[in-house]
Order: sequence, then structure tokens, then C-alpha cells
Amino acid sequence: MSAAAYLDHNATSPLRPAALDAMVDALQAGGNPSSVHGVGRRARAIVDTARREVAALVGARPAETIFTSGGTEANNLALSGAGRRRVLVSAIEHDSVRRAVPRAEILPVDGDGVLDLVALERALASSAEPALVSVMLANNETGVLQPIADVVRLARAAGALVHCDAVQGAGKVPLDFRDLGVDYLSLSAHKFGGPTGVGALVVRSAAPLGPDRRGGGQESNRRAGTENVAGIAGFGAAAAQAIRGLDVSMLRSRLEFSLVQIAPRARVFGAGVPRISNTTCISMPGVPAETQVMALDLAGVCISAGAACSSGKVQRSPVLEAMGVPAAEAACATRISLGWNSVAADIERLITAWQDLYTRVSQSDISHTESRVRAA
Amino acid sequence: MTAITQIRRNDQPIYLDYQATTPMDPRVLEAMMPYFTHKFGNSGSRSHAYGWEAEEGTERARAQVAKLIGADEKEVIFTSGATESNNLAIRGVAEFYKDRKNHIITTVTEHKCVLDTCRHLEQQGFEVTYLPVKQDGLLDLDVLRAAITDKTVLVSVMAVNNEIGVIQPLAEIGRICRENKVFFHTDAAQAAGKIPLDVEALNIDLMSISGHKIYGPKGIGALYVRRKPRVRLVPMIVGGGQERGFRSGTLPTPLCVGLGEAAEICMKEMESEAKRLKKLQERMLDGLRSRLTDIVVNGDLEHRIPGNLNISFAYVEGESLMMGIKNLAVSSGSACTSASLEPSYVLRALGVEEEMAHTSLRIGLGRFTTEHEIDTAVDELVRHVNKLREMSPLWEMAQEGIDIKSIEWAAH
Repeated sequence: MSAAAYLDHNATSPLRPAALDAMVDALQAGGNPSSVHGVGRRARAIVDTARREVAALVGARPAETIFTSGGTEANNLALSGAGRRRVLVSAIEHDSVRRAVPRAEILPVDGDGVLDLVALERALASSAEPALVSVMLANNETGVLQPIADVVRLARAAGALVHCDAVQGAGKVPLDFRDLGVDYLSLSAHKFGGPTGVGALVVRSAAPLGPDRRGGGQESNRRAGTENVAGIAGFGAAAAQAIRGLDVSMLRSRLEFSLVQIAPRARVFGAGVPRISNTTCISMPGVPAETQVMALDLAGVCISAGAACSSGKVQRSPVLEAMGVPAAEAACATRISLGWNSVAADIERLITAWQDLYTRVSQSDISHTESRVRAA
Repeated sequence: MTAITQIRRNDQPIYLDYQATTPMDPRVLEAMMPYFTHKFGNSGSRSHAYGWEAEEGTERARAQVAKLIGADEKEVIFTSGATESNNLAIRGVAEFYKDRKNHIITTVTEHKCVLDTCRHLEQQGFEVTYLPVKQDGLLDLDVLRAAITDKTVLVSVMAVNNEIGVIQPLAEIGRICRENKVFFHTDAAQAAGKIPLDVEALNIDLMSISGHKIYGPKGIGALYVRRKPRVRLVPMIVGGGQERGFRSGTLPTPLCVGLGEAAEICMKEMESEAKRLKKLQERMLDGLRSRLTDIVVNGDLEHRIPGNLNISFAYVEGESLMMGIKNLAVSSGSACTSASLEPSYVLRALGVEEEMAHTSLRIGLGRFTTEHEIDTAVDELVRHVNKLREMSPLWEMAQEGIDIKSIEWAAH
């Protein structure tokens, strides 16, 4: 297993050793941070340290950082906690945003997967009701970065609040909560080498936030429940390392260049616009994504056909659909995502496996496969 | 990686706060470790072996949790902890059935997250009845029966109280609920793994479980949701549709595995551990009673988990006592509210007078508590209670036979 090339970091990234060490220490220390005695105070200190580290990753103040059980909860909390009835979201948001507000108005993206700012401006102007705008920092399937600064500028002019799902962007591109200017920012630890089960919502101190769950007054009454101390410690340690950023653009360039050379009709989605450096969404013409994923898995390369939460279901990617990618082409698209421990050998292994598969399929009947895809 | 070889170093205080949180069992950490390192996949990834391996871990854990409470594994949902489970159970049921029924029954001694959720629902237009408890902390079943109306959708009564450790008559409550076609939710954060719980025998429809109260990790819990007859919920967290749509979000595989392992260990060792703790509980109580007068155990002693004592030391201020016994990690009440100096609402609900409520300590015993620790704790408590009493004018007056309640204090 360990010999496999794991290239599915956007689903989850392996835990960084520093994060594991911090977690084991916290697990051994024990204690409930709300307890007054020494054991409790030590647990509280671990949480406080991690809060500073996570806040530093995104240039926020510790007091603005609320720990949650993950990115999904952070997104849900922001969208309900902001208390705005009118919500505008981009067409490529993660399900944890889309489904949290089924009534939301959907903002289109262009062919490269970038938010249509004209459409946002028009939507904001169409009603006097103050809105909440939710746009992600980087898309989970294509890695395309969104024009958050422009979103904030337009939203501010219209009196709207802004939420940014930075789950896929944090730890990969430099982030400054204050410069970015958003009111709410969602983070997930396990997307950059922290543990699963922990995330954060960063909330500008002036922004409204009603609690989503009720109980003990943890997290300054904004998120009840005994703190996941070890998870938070791992989150902090991973953040302290991720603050150095992730630049795997050389590896990705090599990867994309090679794959397009092998299959000239292959298309890298969002290739012409700024993306986080770790993500490639690419189609292998005529070969269904599921076939690719299985063939690569047999060759010891882990990639995915889309978001992990929906990857069990056979359905069209809403992201590619929003970009206007024809269904037949979208059905052949996979996501390759690198991370903090990716090395050149992983990329070479992927290229070899990709080439083997492509050659095999080309030699059989590619047109036959294509017609099957079209029929589906 | 350093292995956990012992739970407590000698320079650390004796941990007697097992209702706030429990140390993690080293066996649990051991089970979790592979899922932190090489089995790190996303259990939602169906496209490669890393994902399948993670899913095997979560599903095994689900079965372990289900087995502990006599449930089917399909009926167990992972959450971020008991607070979330309680919020989801109560709010989820209330919101799903609100067009037909709008009344919820609970008790005044529930955990804060149950009470606050109920108060929030009241603001939304639901009706909530907060039942009193008897002086022993237990629910009066006739009072429950009388409170149920044809609008009642849910009865939420905790299995074991977090401050006084009393065990509610779950079987009887379950029977009453079933007879009246009302859903029965129990917050079993303090009960699961400590007393036998069988959702079938007890007619429980929803049950909240916490990882870190059963020697597992923090940040994980579970909610049991009955499938036959089916209980339906409006989810609180939506997104990727994990946990059959009841609870979205990537499953934290190592935490799920830890909860499962913790559940299995508790199940295997429950009987012998209960006996061992009962002896320790008796040893502590006998030790204190033989050397101190004017101490009162709050809550019924018989219908109580052996890992809890809640004792009022008359004429001694609980906070001062806690400051004195630096070598013991205990609390004066629930951890969530432990920073506040308000007397415990649980003790007040039992009819404990404010003065006595202020003198109480919650002492929690557990898996790693030793006889030696109990003896040391008794010595420390006796020494400090005596010292504080010597300084107390009230104690002096009481010794002289003056009835303190008869004194009319001058206004100041």
C-alpha cells in the first residue's frame, strides 16, 4: 500500500508527522479544557496555542477563529449563522455550501470555471435585501482560484456579507484574512496534512454569527461541545507547517505537459487561469473516468473522478457542467491532486500508468468506447 | 512515536474528574494509530484502496458501537460528539414532525446542551415541559405519564446524570413512551459503556454517545437512530450526504476507529470494571464517613454508576476546598459550567439548599483509578475539610449547638 502514488490530496491529505506528534502529546495529556483544575488548564493551553497557529496561517486574530468538526460544519455554520435570508452562491460551490441553502441564487462561472463578476453585480443590484455571498477560494475539482477581492468589493458596495470556503486554498496559497476582506472563512485541517474531524470558521469580529448548536458555552458561546483537543493540536501543528505554502507547480507542469503529449486531445480544465498549484482536472478522451480511476488504482496510483463525498455515486460533475463542458467530455475527466509529500516519482508513475491505459484503449476500439460514453 | 506506558506521572495530580473527560485508553490509541499514518484515506473515496481501507475502519467501528447498545450498525450515525448528537436528536425530531406534534418533555437535570436546545425550540414556538426530579435525582414516572399529551413528539431523559451519576429508570420510561407512541431519546454520554444498555429492551428510539467519556478520543460521538419503527430527522449539517444524509462531513476515520475500540473494550470489561469501581466508591465513602461528620451524598446511591460520588461537605466552601486539594483534580459540578460560581442547577433541582450546594464536590472514578489514589484522596480531603472547618465560624457555632438557620443576620 505504502508504495502507491497517492494523488488524491483534495479528498484528504496524509497526516503530517508534526501533526501526529502534537496529537499524541495531547491525547496523552488528556483533560477537558473547560475544567478548572490543572489537567483542564493544560488542555486549554493546547487549544489556545493551536488557535494562534491556525489564526496565523490565514492572518486572522485568534479570537476570530472558532474550531468546528470540519469544513462542512464551518460552511453550514457561516451560512446559517450570518442570518441573511438572501444568499448568493457560485455554481461551483461544494455541496456543503450548496445544500446548506437550497434556496440560494446561483451565480454562473465562465468556461474556465471563474465566477462571472458581471452576473454577481447584477444579482446584487436586483434586490435591496442585504445578501450573503458565498464564493470559494479555490475549486475542489479544478483548483481554479476565484476573484475573492472583486467579490468583496462588489458585495461591500451592495451591503452584502461575504463567506469564502477556503478549504482547498488554505495552506496552498498565501492567505490574509484582513486583506481578503471577507466576513467568514472556512478551513479544514485534513486538506493540508492535519487530522480529519477538525476545521475552523474564521469570523470577522464585527460580523454577525448565531450559533448552530446549543450546549456548554465553548468557543465563546459560538460552538458548543467539548473541544476536540487532540484534533485541534494536530490542526495547529499542520497549520504551522503549511504556512510555508505548497508549491508543486513544477511537478504539475511536468504532469500536464506529459499527459497532453500522450493524448493530444486531452484537456486540462481551467488551464488558462490561475489555479492552486496542486490540482489538475483532465480528460482522457474516450475513456470513462471510472475506467481510468480503476485502471490507475490497479497500477498503484490513487486519483479520483470527482469530489470524494460524491465519488461513490455515478453522476456528472456539477462543476464541469457549470463550466459548459459537454457531458461526454466531462464523463472522461478525472482529478489529480498533489500534496505536501508528493514527489517526482509519484508523477512518473502516474504518467506511465496513464500512458499504458491510453495506449491499451486506443488500440482497442476508442470510437466504440466514445459511443458508449455518449449514450450514457 | 512514544508509546503510552502509564497514564499519570507522579508529579501530576490524581485525576478524579472522570465525568468531565476520561484519559484515553492506550489500547484505543493503538487502534487509531494506523489510521493516522498509512491508512489515512477518505472513507468517501470509492475509487482507490486508501478510501476502501478507511471505510473498513469506520464500518467496523460502527458495528462495535452498535453492538455495545444492542443496535443494528445501520442505526448508528457518527457525530462530532454528544453535544451534537443531543442537538441533532432533539432538534431533528422536533423539526421533522412539527406539523403534527409540537410538544417535548425533558427534565430539569439534563445536560446544558439538552436544556439549551429545548429553550431554543421554545423560542421557535415548540412547547417544552421540564419535569422536576425527586430528591434522589430520579424521575417520578407518574409525573412523566401525566405530562404526555397527544401533541407530545419526544421525551428526552438522560440515562445517567453527569453531576450526581444517578441512573434514570430507562426501561419504565421507554415502556411509557412506546405505549403513548412518543419517541424516547436518551443522552447516554455518561452511561454508555458503564451500564448495560439495550435499545430494544429499553425501547429507546434515539441515543447520544460520546467518545471521550468512555476512554476514547474527543471530537467524536454517535447518535443511535431507530429504523423500526423508523425515526426521522431533519439533519443539522448538510453537504456531501455522508452518514445516510443525517450528518454530512468527511468522517474522521481515526476518531471513529477510536470510538469503536473504546466501545468494545467497555463492553468486554463492563462487568468486572463496575465491580472494581463499586469497591473503590465504597472505600472512598467509608473512608470519608469514618473520619468526617456532616457530609451528605447528593443523589441516590443505589441507582448510580459506581464511578461517581457527589458529596456536600457542610460548612466548607466547595471552591475553597478545591483550591486546597491541589493534588486532586476534581470539580464542583459539570465541566462546561465549572468556570461559573453559580451553585449547580442539578443539586438545586434535588432540593439541596444553596449553602449545601456550594459545599459540593463531584468526584469521578474510572478505569485508571487505583486503591492507593483513593486512599490518598481521602487523606487530602479529610485534612482540608478539617482545616477549613476549623476556620469557619459557622462550624464553630454548629459545634456549640446553635441552629444556624435560626440566626437572623444583620443587614449589611
